Amino acid sequence: MDIKRLTATLHQLERKTLPCLAKVNSLKELVKASGLKEVEVMRALQWLQNKKIIKLTSEKKEIIKLDENGKKYLKTGLPEKRFLQALKNTGLALEEIKKEGALENDELNVCIGILKSRAAITFKDKKVAITSQGKNLLKKKSLEEQLINKLVKETIAKSELKDEERFAYENLKKRKGLVKTTPRKEVTAELTELGKQVTKEAVKLKNAIDTLTPQMLKGGAWKKKQFRWYDVKINVPNISGGRRHLANEVTEHVKRIWLEMGFKEMKGTIVQTSFWNFDALFTAQDHPVRELQDTYYLKDPAKGKLPDKTFVNKVKRAHETGVKGSTGWQYKWDPRNAMLNVLRTHTTCLSAQAIHTLKKSDLPAKFFSVGRNFRNETLDWHHLFELTQVEGIVVDENANLRNLVAYLKEFFKKMGYLDVRIRPAYFPYTEPSCEVDVLHPVKKKWVELGGAGIFRPEMVVPLIGKDIPVLAWGLGLERSMMEYYKITDIRDIYKNDLKQLREIKSWIK
Amino acid sequence: MPTIKLNKQVLLKKLGKKLSDDELKDRISYLGTDLESIEGDQINVEIFPDRPDMLSEQGFGRAFNSFMGKDVGLKKYKVHDSGEKVIIDKSVKKVRPYTACAIVKNLHLTDENIKELIRIQEKLHASFCRNRKRAAIGIYPMEKIKLPIYFKALPRTKIKFRPLESRQEMTALQMLSRHKAGREYAHLLEGLDEYPLFIDSTNQILSMPPIINSHLTGKVTEKTKEVFIECSGFDFRVQSQCLNILITTFADMGAEIYSMDLYYGAKKLTTPDLSSRKMKLDLKHANKLLGLNLKEPQVKKLLGRMGYGYSKGKALVPAYRVDVLHQVDLIEDIAIAYGYENLEPEIPRIATTADEDKFERFKNKIANILVGLGLMGVNTYHLANKEHQTKKMGVEIDTIELANPTTKEYDVLRAWMIPSLMHVLGENLHNEYPQNIFDIGTIFKRNKTTETGVEENDRLAVALCGPDTDFTKIKQVLDYLFRCIDIKYEVEEAEHPSFIEGRVARITAKGKKVAYIGEIHPKILQNWDISMPVTAFELNLSELLD
Repeated sequence: MDIKRLTATLHQLERKTLPCLAKVNSLKELVKASGLKEVEVMRALQWLQNKKIIKLTSEKKEIIKLDENGKKYLKTGLPEKRFLQALKNTGLALEEIKKEGALENDELNVCIGILKSRAAITFKDKKVAITSQGKNLLKKKSLEEQLINKLVKETIAKSELKDEERFAYENLKKRKGLVKTTPRKEVTAELTELGKQVTKEAVKLKNAIDTLTPQMLKGGAWKKKQFRWYDVKINVPNISGGRRHLANEVTEHVKRIWLEMGFKEMKGTIVQTSFWNFDALFTAQDHPVRELQDTYYLKDPAKGKLPDKTFVNKVKRAHETGVKGSTGWQYKWDPRNAMLNVLRTHTTCLSAQAIHTLKKSDLPAKFFSVGRNFRNETLDWHHLFELTQVEGIVVDENANLRNLVAYLKEFFKKMGYLDVRIRPAYFPYTEPSCEVDVLHPVKKKWVELGGAGIFRPEMVVPLIGKDIPVLAWGLGLERSMMEYYKITDIRDIYKNDLKQLREIKSWIK
Repeated sequence: MPTIKLNKQVLLKKLGKKLSDDELKDRISYLGTDLESIEGDQINVEIFPDRPDMLSEQGFGRAFNSFMGKDVGLKKYKVHDSGEKVIIDKSVKKVRPYTACAIVKNLHLTDENIKELIRIQEKLHASFCRNRKRAAIGIYPMEKIKLPIYFKALPRTKIKFRPLESRQEMTALQMLSRHKAGREYAHLLEGLDEYPLFIDSTNQILSMPPIINSHLTGKVTEKTKEVFIECSGFDFRVQSQCLNILITTFADMGAEIYSMDLYYGAKKLTTPDLSSRKMKLDLKHANKLLGLNLKEPQVKKLLGRMGYGYSKGKALVPAYRVDVLHQVDLIEDIAIAYGYENLEPEIPRIATTADEDKFERFKNKIANILVGLGLMGVNTYHLANKEHQTKKMGVEIDTIELANPTTKEYDVLRAWMIPSLMHVLGENLHNEYPQNIFDIGTIFKRNKTTETGVEENDRLAVALCGPDTDFTKIKQVLDYLFRCIDIKYEVEEAEHPSFIEGRVARITAKGKKVAYIGEIHPKILQNWDISMPVTAFELNLSELLD
């Protein structure tokens, strides 16, 4: 071990305790010599032993303490003293002494025994008188009194008593409730060979700098001194700072991915008419997704306005009899159903709106959005009524299914998923349709993260007037968040538990 | 989506090939059905709603086999002519105008088959038939009925028969109020004075669609060798499709199909019609959309694996397929047969300019400024509780209610953000203070001029909660924010029941009232069980950016 390093990294408490060890060894003495509190010395000794600078031995000792009566007499004085004080020069009857000295009967008897054995009193005509020996006793503190006073200030072990003290202790012990002993481990420390070297080295560092202050910098005092080394491995208390909510962190990353690939951001409202949410997406009016148990409707305003008539009629025709080459759904389309306000069930309605505004000269065009969508779901560990959806479209005469697979794989690669599977699926407004699965890195199971496809001509033609391939996808983000943050209950993502938000790792992909 | 259970051994026996569970899982997924699990011999699969023809073991097996290369191409089903009649009375025109019917003979029903029949009927009713709204199916043992069959409507008060699983005769109205199926589907006959009935030539009622069959004629048993099948509803095309799906399933069980002549007045229609439909396939378009270079023989082969025939640029679509509206539907099936897993990804080199929405960028900037001040971003729901938005904040404001909330806890769209933050603080009483939080989110209010009648604004709400917070602290945040975005603002004294009187202000910027700021009133804090001072502001960001 490097002595210099060892010495330099000593803690302040260690540095204060160490020099004392050359002179004294017991904990009690070290406390006195260092001027530290007992717990501080104990901590320092523990650390020093861990570093093999000292060797600690502990011995069981009986510590003497004042008992109940002892504490009482500390205030009132010992009964024998009070006895003598009551006596004065003239003799007194026992009853009078008892009253004058505020003594109990048993105390009175004890006093007589003690004082007689010390020849401090004599009995004459049923009266008690003080002797000259007694007068001497009255002037000074008895050995017992001295011990009692000392016990208050210091912790004394039985084995450490001096002869006179031992005599006093034995006397007190005979009496009821004056002193008691409790066992205690007494620690002594001894410097090891290493310790002696460290002590020598420590002398040089006596005036080492702890905290660098502006004063030192101004005065240049640091120049002549050494810096105390820190234990850089020591654990520090946790702190936390301001940060974005975890879902926002993910959203920002996802936006970055699409921006890097040249996509333009789409925006739109959360409340939409069924027209934009369903009808413009070639979702038949009797499709189960439009039912109350799947979609949220508004009480008031229950209905919104439809876009211009020509456009609405094109959508109506697509549903009823189809566009060129299509049979359509072959039912009677009702504009009243299309007017019903809903909370958007997907952000695909934004894609429909974006396509509708495009002119031929705008092509090819690529759009994305990240936004909330709403499903009438009962909350449980894997269902939520508000979810975050990533939406994307590529509107291009030459777009094809292989391009769609490529965009999806590229996105998920940037999201950290290398194993991506595209398999057939069904949505009313896409054909071909697919579902995107990623391989869960731990569970090794395919996890469904979203749907995609090429918009059907029945959807695209009314929107833009021509059958142009539109690659489209709508992907959920919550499952990725759960996987990354190791969250098992989807509700915990939006629980806003501040402890969780302060402690959770950042989204780094 | 409906889920069906398949027996693995039966499926593999039909295929005549051994597959491991992993191979089976993989193939089922790439066929275009959603595999849920394989547990022992049971396969659980979700069928997408466009393929009701796959809702039975027979239908699924048919699609799976050809996908795997067995029995490829258009499957031919023979339809015998029974010459039997169904007479459709004009009284049904207003209540349930159409039916499509057939007779099936030579049935070899086992207990398992009968259960399967009930299952198919249930799955079709639930999905393709939209809970019997679009179509309802009835199957009757021939030995109990006497042809021809009449389909007619009678006044509802005059109908009386013994419904399935009932001990006695009931009137139509009794059935609708007392019988289990009656109660469940009564809404489908709502508002009608006459109810539709199938009646045989002895004047025996067979059923009252779409509610219930007669107990006397409606039960198929192991002894049943021949059945009469009808499907009734509002669209002859839908009724025929439904019948076709059912009939082909029977045929796949080994039964023989017989057609019936339906007399709609003078007009005679014969069902079932199992002839295939021709659909033009533009090979060039298919290749363009898939990014492939398939030749005609290849396409013919691929279509064959999805159960289609092909002849001279036209696909022959089987009569049980209801999902083929346009050639894109053929193109998808070509892709499925080709294998989605075999599509080589290719990112096209098209140059487009990325463009982040300016307002989104602005909001992001605001969030970063607040994070710099050490505030914690939270993310709260747009759905809120009406009480939280109003009473609990001591205010009476207009909120937009949902027509069908899932729970009372979330019954409105939020009209302001501070209650969302109060909710967060109220849920974090056990966590360390100070709790300084913010959220940027959308709020909703009525506005007749918008498309939906609802106006949406993006707002920022900040709340400082802790022993040392006060008006100065919250105003410092607001002031710093305005300096960072370089917008001047004015402060005026205000009144607001959520805040302490004399410690609340209104903020004006760009000539618009954009924010309230102040110390939340202790009585409001009490409502949320918060025993720590809270100061807050709510700023309308939509007004700040030009």
